[in-house]
Amino acid sequence: MDYSNFIIMNHELSLVVVLVALLLADLFGKNKRIFQFFAMGLFLVHTVLGFTHWNIGEASAFSGMYVTSEIHVLVKNILNIGTLIVFIFAFYWNENKNKNQVGEFYFLTLSTLLGMYFMVSAEHFLLFYIGLETASIPMATLVAFNKNKKESAEAAAKYILTAAFSSAVMLFGISLMYGACGSLYYGDILIKFQSTPLHIMALIFMFAGIGFKISLVPFHLWTADTYEGAPTSVTAYLSVISKGAAAFALLCIMIKAFANYPGTWQTFLWWIIVITITIGNLFALRQKNMKRFLAFSSISQAGYIMLGVIAGTPQGMAAMVYYVFIYLFTNLAAFGVISAIENKSDKLTMDDYNGLYSTNPKLSFVMMLAMFSLGGIPPFAGFFSKFFIFAAAAEQGQYLLVFIALLNTIISLCYYLWVVKAMFINKSENPIPTFNSDNMTKIGLIICTVAMIILGFISPIYDKIIAISFGM
Amino acid sequence: MNILSLFVIIPLIMMAIIFCIDGEKKSMIRMVMSIGGFALLATSAYLTVEYLAAREAGDMAEFLFTDSILWYETFNIHYAVGVDGVSVAMLLLSSIVVITGVFVSYSIEEQTKEYFLWFLLLSIGVYGFFISLDLFTMFLFYEVALIPMYLLIGLWGSGKKEYSAMKLTLMLMGGSAFLMVGIFGIYYLSVPKGGSLTFNIQEIAANVTTLTEQGADNSWQYIFFPLTFVGFGVLGAMFPFHTWSPDGHASAPTAVSMLHAGVLMKLGGYGCFRVAMYLMPDAANDLAWIFIVLTGISVVYGAYSACVQTDLKYINAYSSVSHCGLVLFALLMMNKTAMTGAILQMVSHGLMTALFFALIGMIYGRTHTRDIREMGGLMKVMPVLCVCYVIAGLASLGLPGLSGFVAEMTIFVGAFEHEDMFHRVFVILGCTSIVITAVYILRVVGKILFGPIQDEHHAALTDAIWYEKIAIFTLIFAIAAIGMAPLWLSNMIAGGIENIVKLF
Repeated sequence: MDYSNFIIMNHELSLVVVLVALLLADLFGKNKRIFQFFAMGLFLVHTVLGFTHWNIGEASAFSGMYVTSEIHVLVKNILNIGTLIVFIFAFYWNENKNKNQVGEFYFLTLSTLLGMYFMVSAEHFLLFYIGLETASIPMATLVAFNKNKKESAEAAAKYILTAAFSSAVMLFGISLMYGACGSLYYGDILIKFQSTPLHIMALIFMFAGIGFKISLVPFHLWTADTYEGAPTSVTAYLSVISKGAAAFALLCIMIKAFANYPGTWQTFLWWIIVITITIGNLFALRQKNMKRFLAFSSISQAGYIMLGVIAGTPQGMAAMVYYVFIYLFTNLAAFGVISAIENKSDKLTMDDYNGLYSTNPKLSFVMMLAMFSLGGIPPFAGFFSKFFIFAAAAEQGQYLLVFIALLNTIISLCYYLWVVKAMFINKSENPIPTFNSDNMTKIGLIICTVAMIILGFISPIYDKIIAISFGM
Repeated sequence: MNILSLFVIIPLIMMAIIFCIDGEKKSMIRMVMSIGGFALLATSAYLTVEYLAAREAGDMAEFLFTDSILWYETFNIHYAVGVDGVSVAMLLLSSIVVITGVFVSYSIEEQTKEYFLWFLLLSIGVYGFFISLDLFTMFLFYEVALIPMYLLIGLWGSGKKEYSAMKLTLMLMGGSAFLMVGIFGIYYLSVPKGGSLTFNIQEIAANVTTLTEQGADNSWQYIFFPLTFVGFGVLGAMFPFHTWSPDGHASAPTAVSMLHAGVLMKLGGYGCFRVAMYLMPDAANDLAWIFIVLTGISVVYGAYSACVQTDLKYINAYSSVSHCGLVLFALLMMNKTAMTGAILQMVSHGLMTALFFALIGMIYGRTHTRDIREMGGLMKVMPVLCVCYVIAGLASLGLPGLSGFVAEMTIFVGAFEHEDMFHRVFVILGCTSIVITAVYILRVVGKILFGPIQDEHHAALTDAIWYEKIAIFTLIFAIAAIGMAPLWLSNMIAGGIENIVKLF
């Protein structure tokens, strides 16, 4: 057997090393605080090392089941950065409310990350499926981490049942695909795929499986409950990292396996985008719990991310990766503020945020930036990512879709402004008392804030991404 | 460095300074604002002089003081700036309104620091919009100008401020949704064979001309011209998208109303002119009639609505709908005289309405009511404010010697050059608004300034104090200056208009 294949799997190997080291440290280490610093330090090293893997270029392993290229390395690095920020925000929660399962938290989170790496790099449906499952099953455990809360268990049950169901649907799709095309390599399917009912059914079943993962409407029903019940750090991880990885994997599948028949999948993707954005937005309008609110907001954001998929061009891929990159900082900033407030005061509804500016001006400021950036208000980074992803779709002549999406941004702006209004304009009898966040949360929020303000102005990032993107 | 970038950099520096000042040191913040405001005014005055000198010296380039820095290479986005006569006039107007707005805002005591930070962000958006020559940068500044309005109205406003703030923000953002699609359409479809995609307005205009010469299909213009025009028209308070304007103006704090009606609504007119009509002349020619009807309704409907209002701010807000409608109306006449009049009207209305809102704010600050039924005989109590109010009113109804007359005269003379029935009917309809304007202005003046004092508490009120006087006298000076010596301004504007009129 040729072991040189393993060498190109830099990211995966280094993450496995981190995982093993954490497992051992958890066995023998007693001090949880030192363990946390060790885990984060190790993951930081892994993240930094990730940036040295550019030079691999395009390569494949295991007879083409696993591929890597610069854009894959970049996506994995983005996932790393996001995970690191999630860890930073989870520090305080781990130390105070999750004392007994700190080791498990890090181990399980990183296991799902490993699964996502494989999903992103897969060039064969079996590897893709293994990656998806590796990413899903530990996730259900993470969702159930609040052992004392009924909601957490409910959320986990919902998650695992839908995940199992969607996996089954997807496996069915994959087996139909194998029956119809005789191979599961993306490259072979590209050649053999035809516009017959059997092929299309296979495609739709497979798409449904991934749709659950990205929580596209109508496969979104688990999202709100799971987001609400899960610990806030896990919710943040679910809403950004897990979603970003699945979206990129979907784009790769569509480009690599179904590029010859774009008409078949673009038609239903068009409708899915429209209802995802619209329903996500309309339901978000009615939410009072901040985590549920962000759940629906993230559903509609997933719809915007799909605009990059429907474009299918290098421009679309670059815009999508860039969108996920910006969305990561923005959404994590919002979750960072929510978890900081939840940790200190256990308050989670929008009414609790009334008058927050008078007691905690800095937190309100960060939250406001996050809301503006999510709503696509310049000069914050979210504006640029939205503009580019709309431009990518418009380039393909999808003007009507872009217009519908833009009208939806007005609805979304309405509820994002409600949060701003609660914090800045509304008065409250008993606002959340003034408190000092712990240092880790502060570091995380500062990173996100700086990113939201300056990233849009640093144009080389986007120019670099487009240089390494590929498309139909 | 390019002198135009100063208009963005000076407010940025002011924001940085104010951000570092302790919120309790209000007088220091106000001082920084005043110095910065004067710096902006001086910059725009200097720019005007330089611009006129350059034209005098025979520099016939379409835009002067141009500069272009590559930003996003992929999309060919530049930070491109440059001005013609129209933008110079707009910059001058903005600077006057900003500095007077600062003085009027001296009375803000609550959260002074935050107020001025948002105020500055708003002015960055406004200035940036007028100097931009790149569609992306322009759109970016446009949206930067919109969002501070939400917090400025929601936090420092009065009345049903939260409702108005939300309505205003969402409607204007709705406009920008139309606009964004329009921009994508222009960007992707204006490229002739072998050309490259560009956001630069000048290059797009050249591309569109090439396309026409090649005889290429121009049907895209007929889809994206209405989108773009409506997008900007929302901000220009075009019927039926004007409903945000009365509520928004009435709830906003004084200086924000001034800036909003005085400058921000001009973004709409300027955008229609610079983007919609300049870049899609074929569609502008053919579809103008639709918008002439809509803006014609704005003009008359706004004026009639103003007649029945009892709240001073609502009266002025509807009057703004009418006057801003006249701006778009005149632009759509598409000849040099009328379009010059449109820009003159933008300047004139900006100054006039800023003066109105400033005075209304000052009167409201004293009487604590804006209802004209509860006021009367104020002339005896505060003569300076009231005389200024009369002057503003006279300018608004077009008294010769003040700026309003110059603008409206030019517009209607230009509009009457069209000889067909359709244009004639609408021009005559538009003219009637002058009469209606006189009705509502004189009604207010007669009701609140003369007659017996309605409320005995009003007898003890004081007249304008120093910073208020600076603000209103500056505005009156500008109004009178344009009224007395309009020629330099209208010549400067006409220079910019010529480039676009030749396209039709």
